[in-house]
Amino acid sequence: MSILVNKDTRVLVQGLTGRTGTFHTEQALAYFGTRMVGGVHPKKGGQTWGSVEGAAQLPVFATVAEGRERTGADASVIYVPPAGAAAAIIEAIDAGIELIVCITEGVPVLDMVRVKARLDKSTSRLLGPNCPGVLTPEECKIGIMPGNIFKKGSVGIVSRSGTLTYEAVYQTTVAGLGQTTAVGIGGDPVKGTEFIDLLELFLADDETSSIIMIGEIGGSAEEDAARFLIDEAKQGRKKPMAGFIAGLTAPKGRTMGHAGAVISGGKGGAEDKIAALEEAGVAVSRSPARMGETLLKVLKN
Amino acid sequence: MNIHEHQAKELLGALGAPIANGVAIFDAGEVPAALAKLDPALVVVKSQIHAGGRGKGRFKELGPDAEGGVRLARGAEEIKAHVADMLGNTLVTKQTGPAGKTVNRLYLEQGADIARELYLSLLVDRTTGRVAFVASTEGGMDIESVAAETPHKILTLPIDPETGVTEKEADRLCDALKLEATARADGLKLFPLLYDAFFDTDMSLLEINPLVVLADGHLCVLDAKVSFDNNALFRHPEIEKLRDISEEDEKEIEASAHDLAYIALDGEIGCMVNGAGLAMATMDIIKLYGSAPANFLDVGGGASVERVTAAFKIITADPNVKGILVNIFGGIMRCDVIAEGVLSAVREVGLKVPLVVRLEGTKVAEGKKMINESGLNVISADDLDDAAQKIVAAVKG
Repeated sequence: MSILVNKDTRVLVQGLTGRTGTFHTEQALAYFGTRMVGGVHPKKGGQTWGSVEGAAQLPVFATVAEGRERTGADASVIYVPPAGAAAAIIEAIDAGIELIVCITEGVPVLDMVRVKARLDKSTSRLLGPNCPGVLTPEECKIGIMPGNIFKKGSVGIVSRSGTLTYEAVYQTTVAGLGQTTAVGIGGDPVKGTEFIDLLELFLADDETSSIIMIGEIGGSAEEDAARFLIDEAKQGRKKPMAGFIAGLTAPKGRTMGHAGAVISGGKGGAEDKIAALEEAGVAVSRSPARMGETLLKVLKN
Repeated sequence: MNIHEHQAKELLGALGAPIANGVAIFDAGEVPAALAKLDPALVVVKSQIHAGGRGKGRFKELGPDAEGGVRLARGAEEIKAHVADMLGNTLVTKQTGPAGKTVNRLYLEQGADIARELYLSLLVDRTTGRVAFVASTEGGMDIESVAAETPHKILTLPIDPETGVTEKEADRLCDALKLEATARADGLKLFPLLYDAFFDTDMSLLEINPLVVLADGHLCVLDAKVSFDNNALFRHPEIEKLRDISEEDEKEIEASAHDLAYIALDGEIGCMVNGAGLAMATMDIIKLYGSAPANFLDVGGGASVERVTAAFKIITADPNVKGILVNIFGGIMRCDVIAEGVLSAVREVGLKVPLVVRLEGTKVAEGKKMINESGLNVISADDLDDAAQKIVAAVKG
């Protein structure tokens, strides 16, 4: 098993016809034949998208609802620019798409406040925005993660940072463990899915035998996750875990690239997050280069 | 993006929030004109810098016994004396760091007869994903200390964006602030007004500390700190005009012109990384091996040769930089493009300090080959650990 996506996941692309959407759709098609089923563009409905590098062709629909009806898509990935990203997410929610992945970086935070209110009243799940997507090795790639560093295996990976996800994937591949699924939840302060939701899925997934969780400064999602892990462990639900928290050296009050990575009001610092995760039994590596090694050590003990 | 107190008050005042009469000045020559609009009997002279703690701050150029950055003045002569004392001097507060900030503008505000000081702010509450009010009767103090010492005196109230501030919620805020009679009537008008202003202008923080109850029973916004969401400025050109670049670091201004996320720090190793998380982690690992980062720099996912060159120039312009670490996990980004950018930058701006390059991801073999065959003095690293150790060793000699 895996979580969120597998070989049967059918994916629509919102923003397929742009340069970014085209490039990443080609990459997804080339990754074990991820089932990309069509694109959406309000003015290009009825046209056909043609791959630049390959021979692939996909239908373009005017709306997500039409695309879903015609293709049976259960997931969508969003590559539209920031100003239109919230509207794209809401369109996907209204069309009943189960998994919505928003790659777009720079979405205004109050747009996300409005999206979150809609999301809470729906059955859709949103990953992101400002995230690298989700990938189940040898089955399905949604988003911009590089497929070549993955290996089918047993580690579930969840992260607020794109490039640190790649580090964890690469390190667990080198360590011979491989991954069940890697999920980027995104670096924005208001986002669709938090750590807890994904830890729940990884704990429930039979094939996932260990987990790496990568957090960073800002907010209290890591502390919330730690409390969740402690409560679950009391019920006997527990898997070996390693972690990393970025931003030990970050100055207070500055936003570190990710809109959500800021220590404010004395809260959201890395030390508190590391302490909370360690209390929950997570082996937190102080070095971002040793997440895989740290997990191996936990597994040997 | 931050704005000055006087700009925040002008913005809120225009929307109908109760503010005192005030005039911003940039030059001592503007004092007479300002005084014509105020009653000089009681005026507050306030330094306008993007940092808190102004009242308790001290001017570098003046003695330790001189007054701080916010002063009460009675009469025109006292006002002029304070203006002469403050304008152009360097104010050091607990938020400015030891270098302080030059006071380039002052706000002359009509003095108020204050009965009670309260705290009110709006922010984006990450836990609920909603805009929330934070209210407390303990105004004029550092809200973080109130939160630490007497958390029961703080009300945090998230608002549903689909309803806005309801009457019940406005009442709860009035109760939390113990507002009665006239002040209560003012509050019931003010809270929805502030909430709408927050949404309509894409603020990320609106802090009124203190919000005061005047002797006549009315509410007044006595101080205001407003920040806006940089990602939403594209739809508010009128607010973008309020930006004061004299408040920003020169290297950071240059970086933002090239779409680079850059933050100056005080260490010795310059960093160029792709991805914000990896950029922070790179700073952390430098510290772990006993040195300190000179900056945070995320070149982003789609960096071109030009952007890499610009980034390199900004890093090498910092005189504190004794070594440079380039750390790229080129997921989608090709390592050969990065290598080309780094090499062209080195050829253009020269290289006076050790440079370690770690490349991983797509076309990594080609990228490494280009670096190794360049004939330039670039140290190649295999992984992040190796890279951090090599640059720290090179800098420490």
